[in-house]
Amino acid sequence: MIELVWLIPLFPAIGFLFNGLIARWVNLDKRIVSWVACSALGLSFLFSILIFFSLVQLAPEARAAVPDKVLFDWIVSGDLKTVIGYKVDPLSIIMALVVSGVSFFIHIYSVGYMHDDPGYTRYFSFLNLFVFMMLTLVLANNFLLMFVGWEGVGLCSYLLIGFWFERDAPANAGKKAFVVNRIGDFGFLLAIFLIFAQLGTLEFNGVFAGAHSLDAVTVTIITLLLFVGATGKSAQIPLYVWLPDAMEGPTPVSSLIHAATMVTSGVYMIARCHVLYSMAPVSMAVVAIVGAATAIYAASMGLLQFDIKRVLAYSTISQLGYMFLAVGVGAFSAGIFHLMTHAFFKGLLFLGAGSVMHAMSGELDMRKMGGIWKRAPITFWTFFVATLAIAGIPGFSGFFSKDEILWQAFDSAHGHVLLWLVGAAAAGMTAFYMFRLLFVTFFGRCRASEEVKKHIHESPPIMTIPLIILATLSLIGGYVGIPHVLGGRNFFHEFLAPVLGGHPQEAGHTAFSLVRPAFASGGATVGSGVNMELLLMGVSVAIAVMGISIALYLYIWKTELPKRLGERFKTLYTVVFNKYYVDEIYEACFVNSTKRLGTFLWQRFDDGVIDRGVNLVARLMLWLGGVLRRIQTGRVQGYATGIILGAVIIILFLIR
Amino acid sequence: MLSSVPPIYFLIVSAVIFAIGAVGVLIRRNAIIVFMCIEMMFSAVNLTLITTSHHLNSLDGVLMVFFVMTVAAAEAAVGLAIFVLLFRGRGTIKVDEINLLKW
Repeated sequence: MIELVWLIPLFPAIGFLFNGLIARWVNLDKRIVSWVACSALGLSFLFSILIFFSLVQLAPEARAAVPDKVLFDWIVSGDLKTVIGYKVDPLSIIMALVVSGVSFFIHIYSVGYMHDDPGYTRYFSFLNLFVFMMLTLVLANNFLLMFVGWEGVGLCSYLLIGFWFERDAPANAGKKAFVVNRIGDFGFLLAIFLIFAQLGTLEFNGVFAGAHSLDAVTVTIITLLLFVGATGKSAQIPLYVWLPDAMEGPTPVSSLIHAATMVTSGVYMIARCHVLYSMAPVSMAVVAIVGAATAIYAASMGLLQFDIKRVLAYSTISQLGYMFLAVGVGAFSAGIFHLMTHAFFKGLLFLGAGSVMHAMSGELDMRKMGGIWKRAPITFWTFFVATLAIAGIPGFSGFFSKDEILWQAFDSAHGHVLLWLVGAAAAGMTAFYMFRLLFVTFFGRCRASEEVKKHIHESPPIMTIPLIILATLSLIGGYVGIPHVLGGRNFFHEFLAPVLGGHPQEAGHTAFSLVRPAFASGGATVGSGVNMELLLMGVSVAIAVMGISIALYLYIWKTELPKRLGERFKTLYTVVFNKYYVDEIYEACFVNSTKRLGTFLWQRFDDGVIDRGVNLVARLMLWLGGVLRRIQTGRVQGYATGIILGAVIIILFLIR
Repeated sequence: MLSSVPPIYFLIVSAVIFAIGAVGVLIRRNAIIVFMCIEMMFSAVNLTLITTSHHLNSLDGVLMVFFVMTVAAAEAAVGLAIFVLLFRGRGTIKVDEINLLKW
């Protein structure tokens, strides 16, 4: 069964080729297009599940040692030998499950959402291509194939952000995403070069087995360069600026690519390279600090936005910051856990936002919404579940994963109390802006125009069913990883332990199993660790509840208060509302100077040096031709003289 | 009898004929004369070939001569046909007046 892993990415590839080449040329019926696209994903999902279960049946230590499924040699040149090969282990199969599963539901949702779009077939072929590339990324068994997937998802992201390319904003947003991602990819590529130069192989198994021979500086450089790649793809400081603009794409695209799957690939990549990161404490610290900073910084920008998709975009950046915080403190499986739960609830939130837009005739500004919870009950309730999950309310999936990250940030050997503090503060902000979004959108007086008001309606079942499924997952998805301190069993960590083994959770586990004898002998130090964990859990829940209460107070009870506060702290409000002017600063510092450099090179170097040089050569030849053509006189005997003289000269030369 | 004459004499004669032919090609204006001069150069070459062939006691040179003669005959047919057409078209076969193909 496990050898059939290559089928998982194959189905979306076939779907892409069919929809992209055949269906688009012969203008097939929409129903066929959607059936092909969705069933390709359905089969992919099915095979992911089957392979997952055959993997579970193996002994835990055998799960990480499944031989790579190599299809064929790809590039063989000198020392470089790269294969098209897929790796099945707990980490990659969880990623494959999340990617194919969430994609499947979002494909179904898209059938309803994109129903009247003229680019329907194009949309589904891009979406299938995206899933193919994403699965290639997560299942690849070497860095180069992973990079192919990495670039492929970037391409699809560009194509789908600019899906409505006839308008300026999406086209520019796509361009921005592409250019910003290039910067990150450059770092990733350099890291790959460095790995190959140092170790002579790019296969994960070989690289991680040989990693111990690297010296500390090299590993630090490699891991930092990899992290540069991750900041681009996963929208971390300083390369996060493309993600909010990416919301110009269709909403299911924002849900799939810019929330659930593609943007998390940086986290996956770091978890995959945990062997290298564990050898480079400096890089770990950088990852953790950047993650924590992004978490709180993006959350603060989300506080004041009025565009529902932009709030969710900043929220995504912030949650990605959490994941990086987790992998940065060495809690790799906690990061992957949050990646999974985040895929559920953030995917759901975006789909919910899409459903709201559907109800509100495409409106995005939450100031023009309100009071629609009765008119669109399924959208509201599923959105509510996702909001509770992201806010970290106990019992919902986000609670388990976020709380684990916060605990690890505090407790792990790489952790620090400041990291915890920042994370907890960001959690409070998350709860606040998510409930602000919920209250302003769904409650209160409806502020839409009469025309829009008349059309408010619930979405069709093809859109609401994926919402319900994802809501269920957001509700129960966390129970695979209940913290030990709550008396549960963390299946998720146990499953990932063979791959990510040796992470702090393991240590915590052994410490915990020692608690009872330690208590018996009167030792209280380990026990206080457990109490501490419970205490911090209580604190973070309290912070979340506080955030919710403030949102409730400001947006349900005293609805005129936010405006007054905004006027009171006008400077602060303006700065935060304008996203700290980072886009403008980047524009002034980097974009404009690059443009000026480009203009300079174009006008001075390209026009002035290269073009002028080429023209000079051409004119020289023209002149030379004008001179030399006089030789051709038309007198045959003249030519014959030349021939004979030439022959004589050659003969003289030969007999000399 | 022939063997008593040293081959160098034959070669000198052949060189003289060749030189006359070459000069004729370069300086005569009538295309037919030019053509005949070319034939003279062929003959000079043939004489050289036969001389060396005889001197070296090999048949290679003789064989070559047959080729040269065949080609010369074919060339004569084509060349004379061209002159006839040229004369019809332009009323002259003076080579220095047939000079349209120039810059």
